[in-house]
Amino acid sequence: MPAFVRYLTPLILFLALAVLLYAGLSRDPRVVPSPLVGKPAPEFVLPELKDPQQQVALADFIGEVTVFNVWATWCSGCRAEHPLLMRLAEQGVRIYGLDYKDDRADALRWLQQFGDPYIANAFDESGRVGIDWGVYGTPETFIIDKQGVIRYKHIGPVTVEAINDTILPLIAELQGTPG
Amino acid sequence: MTPELGQFALVLALCLALVQAVFPLIGSINRTPSWMALAQPLAWGQFVFLSLSFAALTYAFLTDDFSVLYVAQHGNTQLPIVYKISAVWGAHEGSLLLWVLILSGWMVAVASLARNLPPEMLARVLAVMGMISIGFLSFLLFTSNPFERLFPIPMEGGELNPLLQDFGLAIHPPMLYMGYVGLSVAFSFAIAALIGGKMDTAWARWSRPWTLIAWVFLTIGITLGSWWAYYELGWGGWWFWDPVENASFMPWLVATALVHSLAVTEKRGAFKRWTVLLALMGFSLSLLGTFLVRSGVLTSVHAFATDPARGLFILMFLCLVIGGSLVLYAWRAPSITPGGGFNMLSRETFLLGNNLLLIITTAFVLLGTLAPLLYDAMGWGKISVGFPWFTAMFVMFMPLMVVIMGAGPMTRWKNQDPKALLRSLSLPFAISVAAGLLVAMPFGTGSWSAGLAVGLSIWLLTTLLYGARKRFQNRSGISLIKDIAGRGSRSWYAMWIAHIGIAVFIIGVTFVTQFDIEKDIRMSPGQTYEMEGYTFRFDGVKAQTGPNYRTQFGTVRVFQDDREIAVLNPEKRTYTVQTNPMTEAGIDAGFLRDIYVSLGEPLGGGDWALRLYYKPFVRWIWLGGLLISLGGLLAASDPRYRSKVLARLRKPAIQPTLAAENHS
Repeated sequence: MPAFVRYLTPLILFLALAVLLYAGLSRDPRVVPSPLVGKPAPEFVLPELKDPQQQVALADFIGEVTVFNVWATWCSGCRAEHPLLMRLAEQGVRIYGLDYKDDRADALRWLQQFGDPYIANAFDESGRVGIDWGVYGTPETFIIDKQGVIRYKHIGPVTVEAINDTILPLIAELQGTPG
Repeated sequence: MTPELGQFALVLALCLALVQAVFPLIGSINRTPSWMALAQPLAWGQFVFLSLSFAALTYAFLTDDFSVLYVAQHGNTQLPIVYKISAVWGAHEGSLLLWVLILSGWMVAVASLARNLPPEMLARVLAVMGMISIGFLSFLLFTSNPFERLFPIPMEGGELNPLLQDFGLAIHPPMLYMGYVGLSVAFSFAIAALIGGKMDTAWARWSRPWTLIAWVFLTIGITLGSWWAYYELGWGGWWFWDPVENASFMPWLVATALVHSLAVTEKRGAFKRWTVLLALMGFSLSLLGTFLVRSGVLTSVHAFATDPARGLFILMFLCLVIGGSLVLYAWRAPSITPGGGFNMLSRETFLLGNNLLLIITTAFVLLGTLAPLLYDAMGWGKISVGFPWFTAMFVMFMPLMVVIMGAGPMTRWKNQDPKALLRSLSLPFAISVAAGLLVAMPFGTGSWSAGLAVGLSIWLLTTLLYGARKRFQNRSGISLIKDIAGRGSRSWYAMWIAHIGIAVFIIGVTFVTQFDIEKDIRMSPGQTYEMEGYTFRFDGVKAQTGPNYRTQFGTVRVFQDDREIAVLNPEKRTYTVQTNPMTEAGIDAGFLRDIYVSLGEPLGGGDWALRLYYKPFVRWIWLGGLLISLGGLLAASDPRYRSKVLARLRKPAIQPTLAAENHS
């Protein structure tokens, strides 16, 4: 019998793997984000990207309509949407960034090379805050109203259409409401 | 109408697969020749119907038939013809269709080339492949139908991901699939042998050329993917340890182990159980890769659009195929007779050592790939296993692997005299240590990693040269040519070339990692910049129009000693349908170094941010991959594997010994 058991080892290892994969399926990362829209934004305090002595926190967002953009230097989609963020910033939109699971030196070089549309960047090295915010991939872009409630979430690189049809009208509408 | 025909052909192919999975298998057990004989025509039938189906989808792309949802999503009228064709496999549904088409292609190849197989064996192999075909065809028809119609019909389609509008990437997936699916042949041979309960050297000889060919395709596919990432992503990287890359690398590692272990089983009759297990693992890992890429459990830069229903389907299929085969293994393996004993010091031991190292490396890659999933499932939070972890792991195992790789071919089968081995290894050892030290010294490069890499490469090279010298000593002229062209020793030359490929690869990887230079600078038109003895002159950026994109077309002239050596044209393209900007790097490729320029952002007044790279020896990475593939091809072309066909054609008298082995 022991011989038989020995030859069962690969099967047992595979079954453990299959259970893990099944768990991975039911924990599909896609399911997380939608419930957050309409809810108060998750609290966070993180060091600032350029100056680690400074902090960026949810409290900074309160009182004004804020765009919160999750990005990283290793993400090609972020590279794609970057010029559009620059354009948004030029139009006076308040953009904060969450630099997600990134390397500080790379991120600083990125901002230097491609431009810096952000008022400040929260540096989320471990990705902990990203999880609270239901981030499952970069880039993602949130719009947060004056009370700190998430009003909209855009998944993937922002596009010209998304900015003109959704993001700018929503910001204008939210700015009209009292804070 | 054509899309419906395409879909109908898929349904017919599924019906044929169902018959092929059942009747030849039963026939092989009952010994009913007519049932066994069904397998070959059925395989051909599937191939014909799947070709029709694939042609129908291609036709829909070529004629811009946007009433087909898949075409509307991934094709448009402005796409150049070559990308209309490659768009067929540019996303999930179509790539799966390509996958089953390739599977049927392999079935037909086995059915027509392996005529020397005993009929029971052939029937079983094709029946197992039929089962795999059922799984993929139902996956295609029930969860990912490429022929689904769309109404109302849009005027214009979407866009093939601009990243994929590139020749290198157009041919990368087919190559990779040839490899992935090709491993199903080795898998089916192993299952067929387990069912029959006969595990002999003949079995190893039958499956070896198939495994080699699949492994060559896998090698070419991975090399192409790496080359593509290098010039297309604009970051100068050539490997990212991305889950999807790992998904292709793990089957490659196991297939590499399998190729070697099959050699032992064929020549010495040893490692039978281990070889069978590797054959099962190789294809299992390519299935696992499919799951990871298409289920959405892991996020990756090039994952397909995903759907949990698909994930569940593949997982169930995975459990049936892998679970079923491992149950069969547990049941049959104890009865496999061990063969070909060997001593502690022998070529078998070295090959076993490398096999173990390859499998350990695979396990680590698997662990690193799945760790985010494991952490999440256990509620330990989320982690990402990054580049440094994989690199550290690889640096840990690679040197030992190379040391063994150098010594193995110098060692005799079965039993090696330790003194003789030490004598023959001492000179290569001294040379490589000396070379490594020279390179590592401050007057060399001052880098210990570079020293280690050079030492290891020289070790491989010198041991291989030593082996070659020994081989050529007693041969000259005609007999040497005969030796190269003839049977029996071709596998030795194949090993020689493939191992040189590894040495070249190591140099490439280490030098480009250790000594590449990258600079981000702002340049005005006419301005120059010096780097590594090269002068870069920025001649500005012009707006131009391509077939389906607008582009900012930059010009950078590179001078060395006041002589112009290259004009580079880095571009930033915006594809008209999706307004996605894409970077096209300007590269001056060279044997010893690449110069690589990519465009950053316009900074106003004609100034641009530019990224300049100097990449020493980067070509050696892909050159190594090519040499490895070449070695594999040479090994697969060994006349021994065709000897039976030859024997039949030219009357058996030519090779009485081999003919006798046929029935062992």
